Amino acid sequence: MLEAISFGDAGWGDEMLMGAFWTVAVSISSILLGLVIGIIFAGFKLSSIRVLNLIAEFYTTIIRGVPELLVIYLLFFGGGSAVMYVAKIFGYFGYIELQPFVIGTLAVGAISGAYSTEVIRGAVNAIPRSQFETGSALGLKGFKLYQKIIFPQVARLALPGIGNVWQITLKDTALISVTGLVEIMRQSRIASGSTHEPFIFYTIAIILYLIITRVSNIAFDKAEIRYSRGFIKRKIS
Amino acid sequence: MRFELMYESFFKILKGVPLTLEVVFISTLLGFGLAIIIALMRISDNKLYSVPAYSFIYLIRGTPLLLQLYFVYYGISQFSFVRESFLWPILREPFWCGIITLTISTGAYSAEIIRGGIQSVSQGYIESGKALGLGRISLFFRIVMPITIRQALPAYGNELILMVKASSLISIVTLMEITGIARTIISKTYAPVEIFLVAGSIYLFINFIITRLVKYAENRLSIPGA
Repeated sequence: MLEAISFGDAGWGDEMLMGAFWTVAVSISSILLGLVIGIIFAGFKLSSIRVLNLIAEFYTTIIRGVPELLVIYLLFFGGGSAVMYVAKIFGYFGYIELQPFVIGTLAVGAISGAYSTEVIRGAVNAIPRSQFETGSALGLKGFKLYQKIIFPQVARLALPGIGNVWQITLKDTALISVTGLVEIMRQSRIASGSTHEPFIFYTIAIILYLIITRVSNIAFDKAEIRYSRGFIKRKIS
Repeated sequence: MRFELMYESFFKILKGVPLTLEVVFISTLLGFGLAIIIALMRISDNKLYSVPAYSFIYLIRGTPLLLQLYFVYYGISQFSFVRESFLWPILREPFWCGIITLTISTGAYSAEIIRGGIQSVSQGYIESGKALGLGRISLFFRIVMPITIRQALPAYGNELILMVKASSLISIVTLMEITGIARTIISKTYAPVEIFLVAGSIYLFINFIITRLVKYAENRLSIPGA
């Protein structure tokens, strides 16, 4: 049994760690894509232009009401042809095949983006109107107002929500094992298939996920404390 | 857009709806019972109860559902003593493995929702109940539970929608519910967008009905004028 999980050629220890690396890598790139989507669509939701509201509402309703697996199948089977379609517009007619990592990031990023949209929208709404008014009274307009006054406060208010989105995103990446990316889930399937020890490898996978969750919880707690300096009482030690 | 294909596959995918609903219904029902037990253990002062409950919730909420499903379906059945035991007729069926996994999962998530509800019941109600001479059990069922349900219903409605979405994972262990059928049609016809729209609309419709039902229950349970 110990041989099965040892490092090196005989065991699967190093492969499992590589799987954990890919899980973390695809989670990070997905949440980053999701945050970009979230900022854009939160802007759409808060805008006074009705078409933009509708687009954003449509997007979040679909993603939050349809199983993640279905979204992943859509991008897994349709992502390549969509990219080729866009490439044709720009005059490229060759065959493009997307890497599993890219498909995974697009799919999980799209899911993560819907949740981020709601978190960011909530955070912007939680900022008192007076902050906007004070900003414009100081002569700040448009982007400058957001950059200097609103975003720093949104970051603080959105952080706990983004922490939750991170947990969801991390767990959703397990689903992209169906597209062939060798992350924790896929690697433990391969390892248990070849060693006939599914119990051991799925237990290792559980432990790896719990470690990642624990570490990221600590990181988010630290970040929250950092961003709420000035808002909480310092502990006197 | 291939509309004819969409029309045809709509009726094919519709055949998967009963299985999706069946799995969601059974595991939500079992999971609710499990959740109450875990929530009560979690708020107990006795560490012998609260620590296992906390660990269970942490374990389930910290790992992907797919992994839990694989663990139940492939991991547990590895051992010959399991395959020889009376549990084998259940554990060898993908259907029951799906039910077990979803029950455990919703049990852990709902336990947190119910715990929040129970803890929101103010001490005054409990004291009044005691003053009326209610015993522990009737106090729980007649005072605490009704208030908890009212409090927890909106969050529990979200959990129900998450369950409908989560049930799609059982297609990976060969069960042909909505997503399973959709996947089969996609790999045959290579029309991911069309099939996504059809299957997605069915899910949205189911979730819409659930939202309405929960809203209706919320209105029924709310205190008029409060």
